[in-house]
Amino acid sequence: MPQKPIELILMRQLASSLAMPIFLVDADGALAFYNEPAERVLGVRFEETGEMPAAEWSTLWDPTDLAGRPLAPEQVPLMIAVTKRKPVHVELWIRGLDGARRHIEATALPLMRLTDQVVGAVVIFWEATR
Amino acid sequence: MRVRLWGTRGSVATPGADTARYGGNTSCVEVRGPNGTVLVLDAGTGIRPLGGTLGRGVQRVDVVLTHLHMDHIQGLGFFDPLYDPDVETHLWGPASTTLDLRGRLLRYLSPPLFPVHLRELRRLVLHDLPAGEFDIGEFKVAADRVCHPGFTVGYRIAAGGVTLAYLPDHEPALGVPSFPMREDWTSGYGLARDVDLLLHDAQYSLGEYADHVGWGHTALEHALAFARLARVKHLVTFHHDPAHDDDELDRLTAEATAAVRVPCAVTMGAEGTVFELG
Repeated sequence: MPQKPIELILMRQLASSLAMPIFLVDADGALAFYNEPAERVLGVRFEETGEMPAAEWSTLWDPTDLAGRPLAPEQVPLMIAVTKRKPVHVELWIRGLDGARRHIEATALPLMRLTDQVVGAVVIFWEATR
Repeated sequence: MRVRLWGTRGSVATPGADTARYGGNTSCVEVRGPNGTVLVLDAGTGIRPLGGTLGRGVQRVDVVLTHLHMDHIQGLGFFDPLYDPDVETHLWGPASTTLDLRGRLLRYLSPPLFPVHLRELRRLVLHDLPAGEFDIGEFKVAADRVCHPGFTVGYRIAAGGVTLAYLPDHEPALGVPSFPMREDWTSGYGLARDVDLLLHDAQYSLGEYADHVGWGHTALEHALAFARLARVKHLVTFHHDPAHDDDELDRLTAEATAAVRVPCAVTMGAEGTVFELG
């Protein structure tokens, strides 16, 4: 099993120590990790979902825009960050795997390494109604 | 492949009778390939005595730096081949996001910190570390970033069917609730997996580590667990804490190896030790 880039490893370690919901993907957009605060918003423990490809997770939580239109995988903030290499902030709705619909705000950032290579992306999100 | 340890001490040189067995010089390792290539890992104070032994037949020396903390570059200005017109020295090391290796080294190799300016070293060739694997003589060298403050890499070096990994400054347990994690989530694993010889940071006892989390170094127990995870054949503990004299090192290592059983050989890094691989 190949080792993940150190930037991704350090980001996971940081995310594990923070109280904000954080979700991490690799350079292909595949789900790599989300922390315990994110589990509460997503309605499922990371151990239950594990890692999964972008095409799978990007629709798993049924994301929609504020008007209720479904977001295509490429419109999800993390996928914008990882493919377009730019930060993005959006409001959206998701349905947690516990069944609850949640209005969230999300700020996604690409993780770039020294050689200008994207090694992944991270999104920090929170419930907008709080 | 022949590997000789010229400096195994971490942080600052610690000469004296109490450290004579394991040595007081800071990080430096000489690696000789089957075809005679001379590769030097780090330029701590151990590089000064190494420089005096290279002999007249050597026309090129390659020095690879893991990072630019002082204990890894302090001997560089005292490395005889730099002043020998018959020897070309190639120095490889990590750039930062804003400075290349030359710009970073100039902060030390220039007055007032050092009397000789980098530009005066006519036969010194600097290389920013390339991405991916590269060749130095018969060595296949791979560098990758590891968990340590600043821009720090470890190395994996292969030649003649044997492999060495060098991670002298490394804190793979940082932020990990229960070390080790899975292989792919462990810093340094890609460099160290299945190597014949691993030289690895083992600066602290487990108790000391608790007071130094984030300083970039490893507890002996974590070094052992890392070696087991990476399935290395032989672990050499390295970067000994300057506060640990020889007797203390013996005691701490005995405690750690009793607590963490590993299926590989474990040797405490000592100046002058030679390992023949292959």
